[in-house]
Amino acid sequence: MSKIKKRAHAGTLESSDAFIEIEPIEEDKIKIELQSSVEEMYGEDIRELIKKVINELDISHISVKVQDKGALDYVIKARLQAAILRANDDEKIKWDKL
Amino acid sequence: MKLRRSMLFVPGSNTSMVCNAFVYRPDTVMFDLEDSVAIEEKDSARLMVYHALQHFTYDDMETAVRVNPLHSIYGLLDLEAVIRAGVDIIRLPKTDTVEDVLQMQEVIEKIEFKIGTDKKTKLLAAIESAQGVVNAVSIASCSDRLMGIALGAEDFVRDLHTQRTKAGSELMAARAQILLAARAAKIHAFDSVFSDVRDKEGFIREAKYIKDLGFDGKSLINPNQISVLHKIFAPSNNDVEWALDVIEASTNAKEKGLGVVSIDGKMVDAPVIARAQWTLELAKASGMLGGDE
Repeated sequence: MSKIKKRAHAGTLESSDAFIEIEPIEEDKIKIELQSSVEEMYGEDIRELIKKVINELDISHISVKVQDKGALDYVIKARLQAAILRANDDEKIKWDKL
Repeated sequence: MKLRRSMLFVPGSNTSMVCNAFVYRPDTVMFDLEDSVAIEEKDSARLMVYHALQHFTYDDMETAVRVNPLHSIYGLLDLEAVIRAGVDIIRLPKTDTVEDVLQMQEVIEKIEFKIGTDKKTKLLAAIESAQGVVNAVSIASCSDRLMGIALGAEDFVRDLHTQRTKAGSELMAARAQILLAARAAKIHAFDSVFSDVRDKEGFIREAKYIKDLGFDGKSLINPNQISVLHKIFAPSNNDVEWALDVIEASTNAKEKGLGVVSIDGKMVDAPVIARAQWTLELAKASGMLGGDE
């Protein structure tokens, strides 16, 4: 498990997209703050997806703030992965983990 | 027969378009990672397209990606992503020489070998310069992965020291050269985008013109242009009736052991039968004979 190096964000606030901000935190946990128009119906699924993506990349000690504008699962995944790669200045992508 | 009338450009950074382009049923959807994506969004657009290519909404649609040039820092990263994601076609930007195609092919082969895929990614070369047009004949036949060549008019007219006009005379030589090169190599020929999305009449005029020239299809930037283009490429009812008569007459002739037959006094030989078969395929794809649309 590793920490991200710095704050980063990815995405937009346009329809069908999501704006995701991440930052490193002291506690060994995945802290999720979600704003979504479909939170009541899909909030739990979105949270599970975020945890899954973060776990697959072996990340811990992270805070994730998501403003969802009706994004499909793969959009949230792509935006979160982009933010994590940016936070680590990662140019060598481990494609098997995406 | 795979129809390639419409190739819809979708900027990889436009999430809404990436997620919804399949709804419009273009023959091919072309995700763009090059000119329509800002430098600071190259990474996120690449990831978006990587996931979209694997989403079930694009399972039954031909997919292409315009990648950044290999000499840029993004080209190789784009290829690594989209070939893993199973893209059907890589559109090469700004293809000037045979070497441009062969270099791209070599990189793609290496990635395919590395990831262990059996899929052979096809190539589409965009001709966007005077040098590219002059070399179109050799480019078109340099690789068995090349499924087509396409005119990229915006960069081409800049290179020619002119600008695009409604009449399109500035593209006359390039269109002729690209079409002949493609036909000689037995690959597809695609016309450039029509940029003024408000000018429907102009679009229709240009689409009819390039269809009559012999192009297989056209790159599009607006989903609203798809159905208009498909209608233009659809055969007329008279054409379909003629094609059905030709196929019936040639089938009867074959059964009776006759060689050449005639319809309305006109000889029906192999090229005429081939044209009739092509017309019926187009009619099927256009929903005229219980086909797709």
